[in-house]
Amino acid sequence: MDFRLSEEQQQFADSLQRWIARDYSFEARQKIVASAPGVSDPAYAALTELGALALAVPEEAGGLGGSPEDLMIVMKEIGCGLVIEPYFATVLAADFLRRGGHTAVLEQVAAGTLQLACALNEKEAGHELFNIAVTARADGDAYVLHGSKCAVIHGAQADALVVSVRTSGAPRDQDGISLLYVPRDTPGMSITEYRTYDGQRAASVVFDQARLPATALIGQAGKGWEILEAATDFGVVLLCAEAVGAMEAANALTLDYLKTRQQFGVPIGTFQVLQHRMADMCMHAELAKSITILATVKAHRAPVNERRKLVSAAKVRVGKAMQFIGQQAIQMHGGMGMTNEMSIAHYFKRLTAIETTLGNTDFHRTRFTRLPEFASA
Amino acid sequence: MDLEYKEEDLRFREEVRQFFREHLPPELSEKVRTRRRIQREDAVRWHKILAKKGWIAPGWPVQYGGTGWSSMERHIWAEEYALAYAPPTLSFGLNLLAPVLLGFASEEQKQHYLPRIYHAEDWWCQGYSEPGAGSDLASLKTRAEREGDFYIVNGQKTWTTLGQHADWIFCLVRTSTEGAKQTGISFLLIDMKTPGISVRPIITLDETHEVNEVFFDNVKVPVANLIGEENKGWTYAKYLLGHERTGIAAIGNSKRELKVLKRLALRKQVDGAPLLHAPTFAARVADVEIELMALEMTALSLVADGASHKIGPEASLLKVKGTEISQAISELLLEAAGPAGLAFDPEYLAGHKAHAASGDDELAPLAPHYFNLRKITIFGGSNEVQRNVISKMILGL
Repeated sequence: MDFRLSEEQQQFADSLQRWIARDYSFEARQKIVASAPGVSDPAYAALTELGALALAVPEEAGGLGGSPEDLMIVMKEIGCGLVIEPYFATVLAADFLRRGGHTAVLEQVAAGTLQLACALNEKEAGHELFNIAVTARADGDAYVLHGSKCAVIHGAQADALVVSVRTSGAPRDQDGISLLYVPRDTPGMSITEYRTYDGQRAASVVFDQARLPATALIGQAGKGWEILEAATDFGVVLLCAEAVGAMEAANALTLDYLKTRQQFGVPIGTFQVLQHRMADMCMHAELAKSITILATVKAHRAPVNERRKLVSAAKVRVGKAMQFIGQQAIQMHGGMGMTNEMSIAHYFKRLTAIETTLGNTDFHRTRFTRLPEFASA
Repeated sequence: MDLEYKEEDLRFREEVRQFFREHLPPELSEKVRTRRRIQREDAVRWHKILAKKGWIAPGWPVQYGGTGWSSMERHIWAEEYALAYAPPTLSFGLNLLAPVLLGFASEEQKQHYLPRIYHAEDWWCQGYSEPGAGSDLASLKTRAEREGDFYIVNGQKTWTTLGQHADWIFCLVRTSTEGAKQTGISFLLIDMKTPGISVRPIITLDETHEVNEVFFDNVKVPVANLIGEENKGWTYAKYLLGHERTGIAAIGNSKRELKVLKRLALRKQVDGAPLLHAPTFAARVADVEIELMALEMTALSLVADGASHKIGPEASLLKVKGTEISQAISELLLEAAGPAGLAFDPEYLAGHKAHAASGDDELAPLAPHYFNLRKITIFGGSNEVQRNVISKMILGL
């Protein structure tokens, strides 16, 4: 058993940190947030240059075939640096494509020339990604899509979307789900962009008789749930890693504030009530990190139910830590924590957004308790 | 990263399991499993079995009888120990006094006391806390005044666990009132048979006699019983507090108890279905299980390859979270018992009767267990003191 990063991985983490420190300061990030596209081409190019995209693509598809640990390193630094580029959206979509054998475009992902996003959410579905009302009707050698998706993170920035649709069955059936690769210029698809509170961009996507060739199908028709669940489980682990990075940064900022902010003639960190709160934040971060490592290293090789257990456990534990650390970091920054100019506020907002992405704490806790193993003692 | 146990660790685990299967007397593990009181003779009997195997003092240096196990092996040992329902050993001598002796006693003292601890010839108890010195231990007042070749000890110790069985007590005593309160403390070994010592039981809220008050009235203690230097006792005590941390997170114990909890909650019915499937109860069980998964990884990260094997202030995290988990499970156990958990039969728990008065032997111990476990966030440095340690040693506040 060994929890250390390899020398190569450590160097990779260091180079990501150096890039963020040099080119992705909080001020630089805020400029990107306020810019029209809401993302930065040079930043995406830098991530590509560092190898972060190629790591997400298998070697046989033209990438570097990184391990989940390698991607955990990227996501942790992205969390630490509050990076808002469409990295996660692209990597998650690429994982759908890899699982579905739809690998022809992955080389472009690795090269940083193709950005992707995943259209999985629907208004009435909450966190249940199998609750799909968007239909795709087979029409000769084509699919015709109808319905709308919401909260498509970086949907307007993407060159193509991975879309979950229903080709048969009722909205909550796990059978009858299909996955389609939809280029952005597809006629009948309209994308409306909006801001999310954590500085990112999202989109509503409406399909009105949008016509796609049968070759757009990822995996088998009607059998998309298996891929969807596995890929989003992988996405949850990545989000946990991002959260761990953001929580470590939020804790460091808060600790620094406790040591420098003076009230009653002393640094406020001399007050025991704040010391103990900070100790609790530190313990939350540590346990969140531990369970994220567990899920990262083991989930991708585990049998399905074991994977579900590891992934949901991680999201639950990380979810609790995100809420405690996010809220308490603001509390301990006092009035300053309420200002939009302090980065701590933006860590809090990102942590809050991660909670509601790919299943919140309650959703994953329920999923955990419904696994056969939970009730076998 | 590699989260798999190594081949040799798996072999070690199997060896340990086999040892428990072959050598742990079933009547002892049954007592632990049914949460009935472990008597002095039970503890001594088990201690001697482990001593014969050479596994009674894993943390000691090999030349004094230690096992030479790696941190990982000791982690596995602690886990399997709990899973086997093995009774506790005489921890005060083995795990609390011995490290101080090894670090600071004279060769003569080591040669005398360590083998006696190893073979359970002496039952040791700990004389640290006083009525006015709990978390603020250094404010202790029990005096030891030098008179020729003796110290004359006067004062009172409290919360002395299993002092009623003890042959000896290791004490922190005040030998000087000058300077800071930490500087005038000495580490003294006292024979419990010495005239002037009296022991009074303290009955805890679960109506058991685990702890005592120990009074010292002009007790004559040979100067030869001083460990290390006079007025350096605080340094030794602090060394001790940071020393024996294997198993502090009680991972194995909590894994075991979680299974017990689930089994009980599968049998209890609510709304015509097992309690374990009731969403609110299931959610609380899940939270504990997930917390335990996370804590186990943290504990493993501290004993895996490349970890700094001297566990420092991280031990405080293991203590805080480990005890919170243990308490949470004991609470859920009592809740799962429902109204039947109200029954209380100390005679049964003490082993004086074959069956509980309520007719339900399984549920009878759950309330006392819950009440008794409130101690674990108080003793060994309360969880508040542990948070002080984290904020000072890790966070630099």
